[in-house]
Amino acid sequence: MRFLTDRKRAQGLGSARTGTHEHWQMMISSAALVVLVPLFIFTFGSALGGTYEEVIAYYSRPFPAVIAALTLVVGVLHMMHEVQDAIVDYVHGVAGKMAFVAAGAVAWVIIATGLFALVKLAL
Amino acid sequence: MADVNRGNRPLSPHLQVYRMPLPAITSILIRITGIACYGLAVLVVAWLLAAASSERAFDIVDGILTSFLGDLVMFGAAWALWYHMLGRLRHVIWDLGYAVEIPIAEKMSIAMLAGATVLALFTAIVV
Repeated sequence: MRFLTDRKRAQGLGSARTGTHEHWQMMISSAALVVLVPLFIFTFGSALGGTYEEVIAYYSRPFPAVIAALTLVVGVLHMMHEVQDAIVDYVHGVAGKMAFVAAGAVAWVIIATGLFALVKLAL
Repeated sequence: MADVNRGNRPLSPHLQVYRMPLPAITSILIRITGIACYGLAVLVVAWLLAAASSERAFDIVDGILTSFLGDLVMFGAAWALWYHMLGRLRHVIWDLGYAVEIPIAEKMSIAMLAGATVLALFTAIVV
């Protein structure tokens, strides 16, 4: 038993039949973000540094607001999976489970808060 | 697999004595910048929420983000965001089955580091 490796123990048991979905999800959101991130950086960048009135007026326009909302939802969910992947890799046991759920909760709070702010700015 | 006796197994070279190839370093940086971007999302949302709340709240958060320290943080965040985007793009390219040869992977690593720096500087100049 001393030299039995994890690979040998797993061999012949078949695939886990799960996990590919998460990978595919990351690939799709990566591709989407390659378009969204540059748009967001340059719209957000031109708003940042403006006065209060300028920022309100800027985010009342549809294009910057929709870009920000899309980037927020797709981006934060993508980062949530990124962080949860790291937690699964490095934190184990109860602490790992708690950290996994906490990372998810933080992501949804960021998304909900951001969308609320964007709607309020736009209206 | 936790029940296996790992005590007497021969060990492969430890991570600390193993000189990491450039593609490995750039790959780990993708994860680090990804987690940093999570922090950036909090800053952006705090700024948007402050703008949506009141002029006073906006002045406080905007003052922090546009201060010298804020500028440094935002420049670092821009670099991390660009780097992460290029890194993920590389993974999408790999996933489609292209450019998996080691010399190309090393060239792409250099391109990611240089590209992120150029794009971050460009962002800082333009906005």
